[in-house]
Amino acid sequence: MTKTRFDCSPDTDIAWCPGCGNYPLLGILKEALEELDIDPTKLVISSGIGQAAKMPQYVHCNMFNGLHGRAVPVATAIKAVNPSLTVIAEGGDGDMYGEGGNHFIHVIRRNPDITHLVHDNMVYGLTQGQASPTSPKGMKTPVQTGGVIAEPFNPLAAAIAIGAPFVARGFTGEPELTKNLIKEAVRYRGYALVDILDPCVSFNKTNTFKWYKEHTSILPDSWDPENRMRALEKTFETDPLPLGIFYRRTDIKPVFEEQLSVYASDTSPLWAHTRSPELISGLLK
Amino acid sequence: MCLLFGGCNMASYSVVLSGEAGQGLKTIETLVMKLLRQSGYYAFMTKELMSRVRGGNNTTELRISSEPVYALTDSIDLLIVPRKNGIRRIEKRLSPETIVTGEAKLLNDTGAACRKIPLPVQETLEDIGGTLYANTLVTGLLCSIFSCSRDIAYRLISDRFLEKGEDVAAKNKEAFERGIKLADTIPLHISLKKDETVAETQKALSGTESIGTGALAGGCNFIASYPMSPGTGVLAFMAAHADTYGIIAEQAEDEPAALNMELGAWYAGARAMVTTSGGGFALMTEALSLAGCIESPAVIHLAQRPGPATGLPTRTEQGDLNLALYAGHGDFPRVIYAPGTLEDGIELTRRAFDTADEFQVPVIILTDQYFLDSEGVIPKTDLAGTAVRPRITETEQDYKRYALTPSGISPRGIPGFGKGVVRVDSDEHTEEGLITEDPSVRVAMTNKRMRKLNGLTDVEPELVGGSDYETLIVGWGSTCGAICEALERLGRRDIAFARFRQVYPVPQSTKKLLARAKRRILIEDNVTGQFGNLLKQETMTDFDARILKYNGSQFSVEELVQKIGEVAGL
Repeated sequence: MTKTRFDCSPDTDIAWCPGCGNYPLLGILKEALEELDIDPTKLVISSGIGQAAKMPQYVHCNMFNGLHGRAVPVATAIKAVNPSLTVIAEGGDGDMYGEGGNHFIHVIRRNPDITHLVHDNMVYGLTQGQASPTSPKGMKTPVQTGGVIAEPFNPLAAAIAIGAPFVARGFTGEPELTKNLIKEAVRYRGYALVDILDPCVSFNKTNTFKWYKEHTSILPDSWDPENRMRALEKTFETDPLPLGIFYRRTDIKPVFEEQLSVYASDTSPLWAHTRSPELISGLLK
Repeated sequence: MCLLFGGCNMASYSVVLSGEAGQGLKTIETLVMKLLRQSGYYAFMTKELMSRVRGGNNTTELRISSEPVYALTDSIDLLIVPRKNGIRRIEKRLSPETIVTGEAKLLNDTGAACRKIPLPVQETLEDIGGTLYANTLVTGLLCSIFSCSRDIAYRLISDRFLEKGEDVAAKNKEAFERGIKLADTIPLHISLKKDETVAETQKALSGTESIGTGALAGGCNFIASYPMSPGTGVLAFMAAHADTYGIIAEQAEDEPAALNMELGAWYAGARAMVTTSGGGFALMTEALSLAGCIESPAVIHLAQRPGPATGLPTRTEQGDLNLALYAGHGDFPRVIYAPGTLEDGIELTRRAFDTADEFQVPVIILTDQYFLDSEGVIPKTDLAGTAVRPRITETEQDYKRYALTPSGISPRGIPGFGKGVVRVDSDEHTEEGLITEDPSVRVAMTNKRMRKLNGLTDVEPELVGGSDYETLIVGWGSTCGAICEALERLGRRDIAFARFRQVYPVPQSTKKLLARAKRRILIEDNVTGQFGNLLKQETMTDFDARILKYNGSQFSVEELVQKIGEVAGL
């Protein structure tokens, strides 16, 4: 693996299972960041709880490893308070689409310039094998003993429908493609979702590496990611699952933080703004 | 006796406006408060609202005095009933001396003994648009009764109504004039001394505004909240000041988002807060615990209303102290301030930002509906000297967010300022902020967090009355005004009142303060005496009597005079 500025100490004890899809994804992410020439001190990864959410533990950069489901509001606030930072919210399908479901809706509505990376393994790993919002119908687990009853959540369709300007799907078995998707997403000015298929070797015996290989296909070069309705339609295809940029809006949508009045006359980070003593002095006069 | 508000034999008048919701009471309240202050009176205003936008019954009590006043009374000198549903709910507060005025048919609502003075409001306003202008007519009525300045009233009416057009402003002035004429029929003879300096030296402020003002002085530049009565006013206040003061004010999608946004904002260098009520705070408790673990400053305004669950959404109680004390899983330090006066509201909120920043702990400001919705008059002051200085460190390459220090407080860096990286973790973590399960690190980090508040300077309880007391009354938060005035009325040198502004950690002086009394009386707006129980637990000292109220209303002065008299054997 290439050396990057984002490598953590070599004696770090990584908590993932052997063969976990998160290992290649860690390499893919660090390479993408290196190729984007991002300064680790200017990058923040906000994550929640779950195996995927441990990612920033193993990346040398600023990290806010907070609560299950809450990485997105944290990331939104960080970007709002300091728009000069590169901000990534990262976690798994349970974290982002289950516990954090409400935030998923509203971050899209706000459209901050953040990148949302969701490791989607269609199962709960950290809590050992229960169904996730994206688990296929009928999948048996220690809790869903008769098989999953609920329809799987379609994050890409939801994101496009709500108005996300950049929506993509990657797969850890396609490292070059996934690296490029992450790079495109980080470069994109606005909210960018990359749902990344990521096999769980311990708890998902249905959607294995081999299964994903057989049931995915990369969108052709001719694919036009600017057509929102076509993109939405594409998200309903399940076999094979398309990989690539489904939708990318090119007429730039205003981002959340640039619309905040605090930056109208002073674009420096909020911490560098000073409140004039006269304003405080006059409060009670 | 040196008490907080006014002096003995304070002369004051109580005027109550009572009627259905949605009748523009708010407009006249603000206008009349300004008129009274600018005409040279001290005034206090408090509201009781029903949880509905239209109909029902809302009351506004105005107390008008020549000295500072900050409490509600049961007795009513003048009850004005602009529209229906004004009397029935408060008829117990009427006495034979109370003048009740309003449209003749509205006065038949009660059989209680009182002096009914029918007022032909409808007829008087017929030709200019009817009862639409009733509120302004009432303003004229009060202006005349209290000999306020007509010029000031005209100016206030213009300020308020000109934006709606010259015709509207002119009609309001006409309604005001007709109110002044009608006042001759009301036999209320006022003998209040006006103090012309009040207009220059005093400012009218609501509890909500006091919290907002304190936040501005404390350098708050980020607020994210989900609306919930009675805490929403602070969000609106900050949003209204966002452009001038450079604030990001965001309505979050839910309460977990709100507090998580606040923590993200502090992490990136902002000075942030949330405002909420009990139910919303309950939803924030996981993030409160997160603040404890990642050692983030946090300022949380918790505006209490009666629970459990939805409870009485628009009324008042001090029932969430236990929630504030124990919310959040695991052990971590926290500070809870509870303002009892408008000055407290400003000072404690400003201080909350300073304390949160210095000790990297969550600080909760505990208020309630009564405190927030009441409006009073306080001296104008220059707050410039109170401005706080953010404590942010420029990081070095080997920066450790949780560096172990004797005080337990680690220099707080933020991302993008310096050569280091800032890593915060909700898992137990190393000095670098990385996940660990090492038992010795766990113990070291726990001890570090728990010793941070050793350096905290207590906001001492304020002793109202002489220090040679035999009976000590203990209260906190919004009961302050009524307790102080009740003590004035009782006029007993052997009774003092310790009003707590920092309710947690319990100030170190508390045990001695309690021990000096022969008899201790607890006064709280909740059913279990939550603060009394906390003091008992922390000081091994119990109370001889507990005066507790939990019907959704604040104590009145008379009620406390009577109850303190009963338990103190007066």
